[in-house]
Amino acid sequence: MTTTDATRAQQPVADGLFTWPPTADRPTRLIGSECADCGLVSFPAAPDCVRCASAESRQRLLADRGTLWTYTTQDFRPPSPPYDGPETFEPYAVGYIELPGELLVEARLTEPDPRRLRIGQAMRLTLVPYTVRDDGTEVVTFAFTPDDETVGSQEATT
Amino acid sequence: MTEAVIIGVGLHPFGRFPGKPALDMGADAVRLALADAGVKWPQIQGGYIGSYEVANPDAIVGRLGLTGIPLRGVFNGCATAGTAIALAARAIETGEHDLTIAIGLDKHPRGAFAADPSVAGIPSWYGQTGLFLTTHFFGMKINRYMHEHGISHETLARVASKNFGNAAMNEKAWRRTPLTPEEVLASPVLNYPLRQYMYCGPDEGAAAIVLCRADQAHKYTPTPVRVRSTALRSRKLGAFEVQSPSFPVGEVVESPTVDASRAAYELAGIGPEDVDVAQLQDTDAGSEIIHMAENGLCKDGEQERLIAEGATEIGGRLPVNTDGGLLGNGEPIGASGLRQIHEIVLQLRGTAGARQIPGTPRVGYTHLYGAPGASAVTILST
Repeated sequence: MTTTDATRAQQPVADGLFTWPPTADRPTRLIGSECADCGLVSFPAAPDCVRCASAESRQRLLADRGTLWTYTTQDFRPPSPPYDGPETFEPYAVGYIELPGELLVEARLTEPDPRRLRIGQAMRLTLVPYTVRDDGTEVVTFAFTPDDETVGSQEATT
Repeated sequence: MTEAVIIGVGLHPFGRFPGKPALDMGADAVRLALADAGVKWPQIQGGYIGSYEVANPDAIVGRLGLTGIPLRGVFNGCATAGTAIALAARAIETGEHDLTIAIGLDKHPRGAFAADPSVAGIPSWYGQTGLFLTTHFFGMKINRYMHEHGISHETLARVASKNFGNAAMNEKAWRRTPLTPEEVLASPVLNYPLRQYMYCGPDEGAAAIVLCRADQAHKYTPTPVRVRSTALRSRKLGAFEVQSPSFPVGEVVESPTVDASRAAYELAGIGPEDVDVAQLQDTDAGSEIIHMAENGLCKDGEQERLIAEGATEIGGRLPVNTDGGLLGNGEPIGASGLRQIHEIVLQLRGTAGARQIPGTPRVGYTHLYGAPGASAVTILST
């Protein structure tokens, strides 16, 4: 378990999904994989390639900016299990973000109002505490947030 | 190769039946289909039976007769019933049997489908964080489709209103209260842009279809319905499909519906222009709209005008989901596609009552789509 601020403990929903903990010299990135034979990029990281069936792959950190390809909202609490969000339900949005040259990734969006979302909008990766465990630990997952400051810009990938 | 024809159809009502096991609903549907075909259970030589909730639906023989026949359980997600009818027809086409049956039955709890993501080969975090809902996919697919092809919210509402109106004329349908497009648009958003009355719900029901060799059909019925083709396809890399944490960037890759549809038309020697009545997977109102184009029945974007003109209503140029579709009937997964075929058979026989489309329909089309990206098409004709 890692503490990112002085008051609350946080932990990622799963290991190997995104870089953790975020630090100044290692900012948050999704951890994908790249097929060593055909170059197909996958997320989450996959040992086997669904294009060429190669079993050789290497880790690849994905771009942290992209554009919103489509979206929807979640206005009712999903069935639990598998959902383990808080009992007090707050609607959220989900979408696919196109990371150019890499892939389209499905993620929660920080903006729940569909009127404030639009296809083609610039989006930036972030982390959100989506639920709190009984011991007070916040569980963190990845999400994308509207990125009004960097419309259309793309970072080079590692 | 011998051709398979449908000689009997049976449908247990779809809805909620507290205390009635799925196997009992299935047995009722089988008895109706046998009576319709004029055959007895001991004459059936083999069959295929599909269910999501019942682990071994072949146990239905305990209610029908322990005759020792091969009754094979099948499951392909929402395409399960398409698989059951395809294999039952194949058993006749290949000469394995002269008389077969396809059966589907299910009994789902209320609410959105909930499952352990691992059953779909998906990691746990996807479900824990609230991404593992099939309804998301349908909301996101129609949202992008509306953006690209100029489909309005009103058109979504018209589709739902049409299907509830058709269901109101179907004594075996679940949702039989007609709703105006305005009432549909006034219901709460569940997954933008889709609202409560634009979604189908999981429910309960069963259906059965009896098939025989075409050259023996005269022994049973003057109105056999020919199984012209069946096709099943799964998702291809790059297509936007349900339950995909990611998918590759690149050229547009068409959905398995497009692939299954093309294969079925080619096998049948029948084109979309020949289709007189269609049953399309309407998990939601948006899906019916998209599936019109994916099944070749119109071009992308034409739906806006066609639906405004009433083309897909009973009496229109291309009636779609005349029995109310999934919106009106709900989706007991194993039975859903056989319910579609039941309706097409009634329409082609001219016995669909208040729902009967005018003229002399000759070609009927059925289509299923669902997790994990599987589609089944069946083309029938007189």
